[in-house]
Amino acid sequence: MILIGELSLWVALLMAVWSMTASYAGGALRRDDLTASGVRGLYATFVMVVLASAGLWTALLSRDFSVEYVASHISANMPNFYIFTAFWSGQAGSLLFWALILSMYGTIAIATSRARNRELVPWATGTLAAILVFFIATDCFKANPFTRLDFLPADGRGMNPQLQNPGMAFHPPNLYLGYVATAIPFAFAVAALFTRRLDAEWLAVVRRWALVSWFFLTIGIVLGMWWAYVELGWGGYWAWDPVENSSFLPWLTTTAFLHSIMIQEKRGMLRKWNVVLVVVSFLLSIFGTFITRSGVIESVHSFAQSPVGTWFGTFFFLATGLTIYLVGTRLRDLEARAELESMVSREAAFLYNNLLLVGIAFAVLWGTVFPILSEWWNGNKITVGPPFFNAVNIPLGLLLLALTGVGPLIAWRRASVDNLKRQFLTPAILGLAVAAALLVAGMRALAPIVTYALCGFVAGTIGQEFYKGVRARQAIHNESIFKGFIHLVGRNRRRYGGYIVHAGVIMLFAGFAGLAFKSEHDITLSTGQAFEVRDPYGRQWRFVSQGVSTSQRPDRVVQAVGLETFRDGKRLGLIAGEKRQYLDSQGNELFNPSTEPGIRSSAKLDTYVVLAGVRSSDVAEMRITFNPLVTWVWTGGYLMMIGGLIVMWPQAERRRAQAGYAAVLPPRPEAAELAGV
Amino acid sequence: MKPRTKFIIGGALVLGVAGYLMASSIKQTGVYYLTPTELAAKMQADPTFANAGIKVGARVVPGSIHRDPGGREYAFQVTDGSKTFPVVYRGIAPDTFTDSVDVVVGGRMGTDGTFRATELLAKCASRYENAPENKYKQTPGYKAAAGSGRA
Repeated sequence: MILIGELSLWVALLMAVWSMTASYAGGALRRDDLTASGVRGLYATFVMVVLASAGLWTALLSRDFSVEYVASHISANMPNFYIFTAFWSGQAGSLLFWALILSMYGTIAIATSRARNRELVPWATGTLAAILVFFIATDCFKANPFTRLDFLPADGRGMNPQLQNPGMAFHPPNLYLGYVATAIPFAFAVAALFTRRLDAEWLAVVRRWALVSWFFLTIGIVLGMWWAYVELGWGGYWAWDPVENSSFLPWLTTTAFLHSIMIQEKRGMLRKWNVVLVVVSFLLSIFGTFITRSGVIESVHSFAQSPVGTWFGTFFFLATGLTIYLVGTRLRDLEARAELESMVSREAAFLYNNLLLVGIAFAVLWGTVFPILSEWWNGNKITVGPPFFNAVNIPLGLLLLALTGVGPLIAWRRASVDNLKRQFLTPAILGLAVAAALLVAGMRALAPIVTYALCGFVAGTIGQEFYKGVRARQAIHNESIFKGFIHLVGRNRRRYGGYIVHAGVIMLFAGFAGLAFKSEHDITLSTGQAFEVRDPYGRQWRFVSQGVSTSQRPDRVVQAVGLETFRDGKRLGLIAGEKRQYLDSQGNELFNPSTEPGIRSSAKLDTYVVLAGVRSSDVAEMRITFNPLVTWVWTGGYLMMIGGLIVMWPQAERRRAQAGYAAVLPPRPEAAELAGV
Repeated sequence: MKPRTKFIIGGALVLGVAGYLMASSIKQTGVYYLTPTELAAKMQADPTFANAGIKVGARVVPGSIHRDPGGREYAFQVTDGSKTFPVVYRGIAPDTFTDSVDVVVGGRMGTDGTFRATELLAKCASRYENAPENKYKQTPGYKAAAGSGRA
């Protein structure tokens, strides 16, 4: 099976080359038979990549340590689950994983849109195949997962214990699923540019795949944050590290696109802008992979430096050059069909939303590559850290949060005073009430107060929308509140799914603002000794050390300190911080000891205990961190996922097909729209 | 004024503020990222350089890590092959911090030639995989096999 896998990888490369050549030729010569062959080539590539992947999985699960990739990523006593995930824990495997997802996506996208987008198919297929050629060739020539060792090691090197966590098992594949999905809109954008068929037809495909990309990037990023928080033991979840940033960048531009496409659908505006966003999202995905793989930027994430970096760099510049040429020569085909009519309108709100999202993306990109830029400029490598990103992104993010409330409710074209009063009076009062309540409660920090006030405002707009919608359904269909709610969301998934995503965004912002009140305490306790401290809410905590214990497991030795915890005199239970030393099947130590924080979560705050060191048999050094509102971040992530799923649900597609390119249609009356009929 | 013009003015305003924030915060928070050799050259050219916060990327000298038993203080040496200097760090060291690992230390160079770090990042070469060459030679399995004469 391993041999079949290796051979399949080479066949896949040939198939992808054929698919690219035949499809482009079919498109250029208008020969349908060539195009059909190219499409079959894409399907065949997918089958071959599946076989290659099956080969690698077989090698891993059969623990065949003669394969270098297996020997360097797992050890025999690891659970099968993590051996399965070792597929994408190294460079060679993750490139194969890229190819697997891309060929799968490509097959689905071409198979489902073939009938509708006849003109676009040859160019889209060719572009997808070209990207596949790049990934598979890199895998074959530069990082082959099937390379054999010239000896048979007794055991492998094992997996870094920090990666042996469910969050890390699912975080990379989700990010990959998100990154790779940007290739489909890119391929269709290139096809539309080539053929100059830049009307509505390519948008439907593109929007669906942009949603897929957004959905998985969201999951991937939130899982990555969660993993960093529960596994790395530094008490935070986001450090503005270059690798984190590079996953955030395509998310920002895809989010911008999902908003601006609505303006194109309804009003025929922003046509150039949307093409650019689609292309940039893909380029940023490649750029992100390039950064993580090349080591050009210092990052704690840096992977082994390898020639793959140069390949990615070349590919990135080729793709950028091609798209700049294509967009540049097709500007006239992309003229807007309508003009902005008023600054107080939904169009303007969405334009600013896009400006802010892209502005944030630019600032993040700038901060990420600044060490390289400054070195080019004057030979000094200058790095910027979290203070830079916070200084720029907090104000921009808060403006964006405000627009999250305004955008969906303000009238199209030109909002009347009456419209503004009807939609925003109650939410604005709610926002001010939140600010007043916080001031009364004694909060004085400006940024958090503004954040919570805006959260209140946006929550008000969303609550009002659901309230009005359900009431309208009750009036028209005589339904119960619960049934009305379900029908309301079900009949208009795109709109109400979007509100649910926004509700998740509010929770994220609320959680981020909680960081302002984080507090840390470094303590040393011997058995029986107690530490007392007040949390940010002013509640009294008492931690009593239960001493240090050591226990032996099949694959690790665990050192733990237990803290008996009381809040305002009430016993809450034990929080344990651990240090783990992982062992291979021969009892040799693998990697450094890893820290396992003990976390007690509640809606108000997390109590986070890290065992920093053991001084003698019963004296432990610890760091206790009070992290307010961290669970809000995870809950917000869940809500965004649920909202995203609702928006992606297939029925929404049919509705859009009816709505079509509605620049000329008058806006629908609001009552009917609210009732979702 | 046309709405389009108004939008462009508003947009320019937003971007201008963002650009100003970026420029000013780079000035305030940007720090030099140097190798020990570069740092030594800078210090020689301009002794007041010691007052500036900097980051140094280097490798931990094997066997040089000394942990203060009474607290969270670490003393160790870093090198880039040609220049070596001592570092003192107070705080919790990351799990990956050990001999021969690449680290980034942030802080100030003292006049006594000791770097006082307030930030310590360790890049674990084996975090995902080791350097391509010799990768498997560091596997315990390989060592065991080599020890028993199988390799």
